[in-house]
Amino acid sequence: MAPLLELRNVSKIYSQGLLSREQTIALDNMSLVLDDSKPSIVAVAGESGSGKTTMSMLALGFIEPTKGEVLYKGKNLYKLPANEHLKFRREVQAVFQDPFAVFNPFYTIDHLLTVPIDKFKLTKSKKQARTMMEDALSAVGLRPDEILGRFPHQLSGGQRQRISVARALLLKPTLLVADEPVSMVDASLRATILESLKKLKKDYGISILYITHDLTTAYHISDSIIVLYRGGVMEAGDVDTVIKNPKHPYTKLLIDSIPWPDLKLRWGTTDLQAKEGEYKSTTGCRFAGRCPFVMPKCKETVPPLFQTDKTRAAACFLYEENPQLARQNITELISA
Amino acid sequence: MTSAVLQVSDLRVTYYTDSGRTRAVDGVNLTLYAGERLGLVGESGCGKSTMALALMRMIKPPGRIESGSAIVGDETDNVDMLKLNEEQVLQARLSRIAYIPQGAMNSLNPVMRIGVQMIDAIQAHRPKATKTEMREQAEAALESVELKRGVFHMYAHELSGGMKQRVCIAIGILLSPKVIIADEPTSALDVVVQRQVMETICKVQEKIGATVILIGHDMGLMCQITNRVAVMYAGKLVELSTVREMFTNPMHPYAKALIASLPNLDNKGVFRGIPGLAPSLLKLPSGCVFHPRCQYAMDVCKTTMPQQSVTKSGRYVYCHLYDKDGNQVSGTPLIKPEAVTN
Ligand SMILES: Nc1ncnc2c1ncn2[C@@H]1O[C@H](COP(=O)(O)OP(=O)(O)OP(=O)(O)O)[C@@H](O)[C@H]1O
Ligand SMILES: Nc1ncnc2c1ncn2[C@@H]1O[C@H](COP(=O)(O)OP(=O)(O)OP(=O)(O)O)[C@@H](O)[C@H]1O
Ligand code: SF4
Ligand code: SF4
Ligand SMILES: [Mg+2]
Ligand SMILES: [Mg+2]
Repeated sequence: MAPLLELRNVSKIYSQGLLSREQTIALDNMSLVLDDSKPSIVAVAGESGSGKTTMSMLALGFIEPTKGEVLYKGKNLYKLPANEHLKFRREVQAVFQDPFAVFNPFYTIDHLLTVPIDKFKLTKSKKQARTMMEDALSAVGLRPDEILGRFPHQLSGGQRQRISVARALLLKPTLLVADEPVSMVDASLRATILESLKKLKKDYGISILYITHDLTTAYHISDSIIVLYRGGVMEAGDVDTVIKNPKHPYTKLLIDSIPWPDLKLRWGTTDLQAKEGEYKSTTGCRFAGRCPFVMPKCKETVPPLFQTDKTRAAACFLYEENPQLARQNITELISA
Repeated sequence: MTSAVLQVSDLRVTYYTDSGRTRAVDGVNLTLYAGERLGLVGESGCGKSTMALALMRMIKPPGRIESGSAIVGDETDNVDMLKLNEEQVLQARLSRIAYIPQGAMNSLNPVMRIGVQMIDAIQAHRPKATKTEMREQAEAALESVELKRGVFHMYAHELSGGMKQRVCIAIGILLSPKVIIADEPTSALDVVVQRQVMETICKVQEKIGATVILIGHDMGLMCQITNRVAVMYAGKLVELSTVREMFTNPMHPYAKALIASLPNLDNKGVFRGIPGLAPSLLKLPSGCVFHPRCQYAMDVCKTTMPQQSVTKSGRYVYCHLYDKDGNQVSGTPLIKPEAVTN
């Protein structure tokens, strides 16, 4: 089967402000293949500024890579003929990180949901369109009679976020790129929405790129996970392997920092060495400045990915006795 | 006990829409003390943000504050936010009570540098301050949320979601208010930065003796950060307890179900959402608003609204399972949080 979407050695570099010699490597040499013959949920996790949204914007064709290519069914996304581009637009749907920014404030929710139905000619019948909308809204725990007819600003944060998910569900895409789709809903609803995403995968064979900083939900919903730090892949592989037994010091820090709803597990027992900052230099491990295990060589050479298990690799010299895995091959881990 | 810095009584807010009246906040009472951190949780759409907006006097039509008072400050120096005139409200915002809105990062002006927006906020309150003073104050605030001073010169689109959110928190704490309401301040942030941001908010709070209302869905965060937790359901506060009581022995059935739905690393793939949909605020169920979804519902629940029960320790709950002193009414099942399964 042909891969549906492929990032091939993709980098995105921003030059900042007026002093444009300063460069931010938002995403560095990322490769990933999503195959439509084998639907799966891949989580992309990492701290704020690690390049998660950049990666999703690249995958959606909203921004162009500085280096490398994004391919849709083997063809460069930016060179698709118009008809194939429309097909791409339908097959690859997005749920954006910020539910407060995405909707045109002058349109009602009915209108917002009718647009894609018309644009992609899902149905001609008004009645059927209504049913489709109602089903999609119910699937995310919203009451159609209460929501349709309202304007986006008349909804709560979590309600807006769910409209984005409902809109994506409506189109039954092949791939859903969901950037923090449940960050603003309560635990109970989160469970419901994630369940409906999982069901999508099962019933319609939809693959999901689940972008999140929430490792708990990533663990519950995904098959595999990619952990990013300052634009680079730190660890990738099967989600159970990575979360239950993290290898990379950064993944360990992330997992140690989860605030648990448990009074016996106090937050903040590990010392934080977090400092905001983009990755600028290309010498050495990006995590060296915060790593408790840093060794001299970490500051000189960028650690390649070492394959520690059949289904996992970590970019860290602590594991250099293991075989190396070329960066463009991380897909092998996650589709294993 | 330290002095109260926020006293809310009988707060009611309604949105008048074409489809009817949405009672988004329906008779909320709440007293908070200096140095205290309250977690405000509840299903999406239950009225948390509306309550915060009402305290800030930021409700816009078709919304209306129907009744209530919200006294901010101690005995010697206080104002009732709901009684101030427009000009007084502008002065009180940010200096007495600050709100870091939900999705705050989207509220930044895209064509203005971050620093200019911060100076604008300071200027309204400190007209005599010099440019250098204001700039110093703004940059210090950026640093206190772990951003580089250089962010002062940047535009919103050059920052990641998390960085923008921290800029908004920096703006919220600029003038050391007594009440800080943070509406999902960290729902867009990773756990490491979450902890930093929360530690920052707590540090600032301790320094200025403020109270913090933390609105959110992350029960883990609530558990780790707050002293008390208020659970809201369909516009009402249904339980208010200390964080310990809430996590070890929640009283209200909705609170029990909420605590029971929390994920951990041992129950992969088990999704325990609370069955049923949140009620339409346009047409609330009779009696106890939770009764259609409550597994303990009795006949009385369908007809009569429960009254407030207050326990000896000062926690309160609205539920027919308890008498007015918060003791379990005999005959009702004894419930442990672990026993709640859906
Ligand atoms: N348009 C832009 N111009 C300049 N720098 C940018 C731009 N967009 C993103 N960046 C930078 O690229 C890096 C990655 O940003 P990105 O938005 O991908 O992070 P993220 O992982 O989605 O973070 P968050 O969890 O906070 O949303 C950040 O350092 C950010 O400042
Ligand atoms: N401007 C408005 N006009 C009409 N209805 C509104 C308006 N703003 C909010 N509502 C409704 O009022 C109710 C409470 O909304 P609110 O934003 O306070 O919820 P919330 O508890 O903050 O939810 P979330 O956790 O999803 O942010 C919701 O049902 C919402 O649809
Ligand atoms: S390569 Fe070195 S600095 Fe980087 S994570 Fe591993 S031990 Fe730490
Ligand atoms: S009053 Fe009745 S329906 Fe309401 S929460 Fe208590 S037991 Fe359940
Ligand atoms: Mg992002
Ligand atoms: Mg809200």
